[in-house]
Amino acid sequence: MKKCYFDHVATNPLHPEVLDAMMPYFREEFGNPLSVYEYGVTAKNAIEEARGKVAGLINSKPSEIIFTSSGAEANNFALRGIAIARQNDGKHLIVSRVEHHSVLNSARFLEKSGFTVTYIPVDKKGFVDPDTVRKAITKETILISVTHASSEVGTIEPLKDIVKVARERNITVHSDAVATTGNIPVDIKDLGVDLLSMAAHQFYGPKGAGGIYIRQGLRIAPLIYGGIQESGRRAGTENVPAIVGMGKAAEMAGAEMQSRIEYLRPLRDRIIDAMSGIKNVYLTGGDKENRLPGHASFCVEFIEGEAMLLLLASKGIFSASGSACSSKALKASPVLLSMGIPSGLAQGSIVFSLGTGNTPEDIDYLLNEFQLVIKRLREISPYAQGWGDKEGGA
Amino acid sequence: MKFVENIKPDVTTDIVYMMCPMHLLKLEEQMKELGQGQILEIMTDYDGALEDIPEWCGKTGNEFLGMEDSGDFFKFYIKKMAR
Repeated sequence: MKKCYFDHVATNPLHPEVLDAMMPYFREEFGNPLSVYEYGVTAKNAIEEARGKVAGLINSKPSEIIFTSSGAEANNFALRGIAIARQNDGKHLIVSRVEHHSVLNSARFLEKSGFTVTYIPVDKKGFVDPDTVRKAITKETILISVTHASSEVGTIEPLKDIVKVARERNITVHSDAVATTGNIPVDIKDLGVDLLSMAAHQFYGPKGAGGIYIRQGLRIAPLIYGGIQESGRRAGTENVPAIVGMGKAAEMAGAEMQSRIEYLRPLRDRIIDAMSGIKNVYLTGGDKENRLPGHASFCVEFIEGEAMLLLLASKGIFSASGSACSSKALKASPVLLSMGIPSGLAQGSIVFSLGTGNTPEDIDYLLNEFQLVIKRLREISPYAQGWGDKEGGA
Repeated sequence: MKFVENIKPDVTTDIVYMMCPMHLLKLEEQMKELGQGQILEIMTDYDGALEDIPEWCGKTGNEFLGMEDSGDFFKFYIKKMAR
């Protein structure tokens, strides 16, 4: 059976050249980077080379990059580390409602630890309004955390305008850029953020490697205590092969970014255009200009996302419904609900996220099968036949 | 411990929240950059530095001028003497 993977926001396949770069560090170059002899020096040099490549991807200094185990760790580090380091300046944080669980649950943890958090709503396309952020600021506010783009609805947030608001009041700004780094241009000097999270597997690097940009001079309390790895800011023997892989993937993403974007956008637009022709199917998130280049997300009225997923999977088409967490819990996505989408409609969420391995033929196959799946499920849906409470569109 | 006030450093290094023994590694790294007679200010929250930094100065022949306690962290002042 044909297999088409359309869930690249969940993870990406490892690029073969990235794997090649990593292999020596699984085998002969197994040294601990802290060791002073040859093995250690080789491993340390490999990490520093990778750091330079990741810094190059986001236009930072290499010393401003700290490697972590994942984007989730980077998000935890940012929120908890800044909250602790700046608690004498204030104990109020602002985060958007469309954040990843690693941001939202860190914020909730801080709420239990004596901090207060304002959760900023988004508009119906998933945008955070900088003016709403401004109004939420109090004299106690120390940190604003807004994602660069939601992996669930693909909306690219107006980060620069949010940073401007924060600068008026000496507030630290963090952005979860896991969905964007390596996929669209991310320039920290242009964005102006103080902290930025990223994950290698989102740009054809390995799982187990993430990173955080920490602006030079910014104080942040460690999340993991121990030795002096990562300039004494993140303890634990480094995952050298994964870090090397992240560096290689960053180098390739930087070099190929424009061509990857130009390849993905027309494929994505074919899905969006075709779906707009189906009755009661609504595009969720930003319009074509303000969404991730390979991201197409919809709410399909009268049917459930899980049912669509399973039927598509039986045809070898792999996609997602909402975030991985809410999908597993069979709950309506909090991100979609925060955009004002009624819960019944939000249950019919489906996300196709494309990668460079997808071909125009894959899109033909998807569009054909998806329309059949919608037709079949609506035929057996009591809601489609007028049962229950019908809810309005997005 | 010798306490000082209003020392004007030539170079400042902020390693607050960076883990031990970064205070010694950064100290060594920064001192290499300094010229003879110049003063380094090192800011750290690590209380082990209270013992380590004066001792390091004694061993390496640099002058420990003293420290300032700003509440949340310490400021140490070291004058480069040794070449």
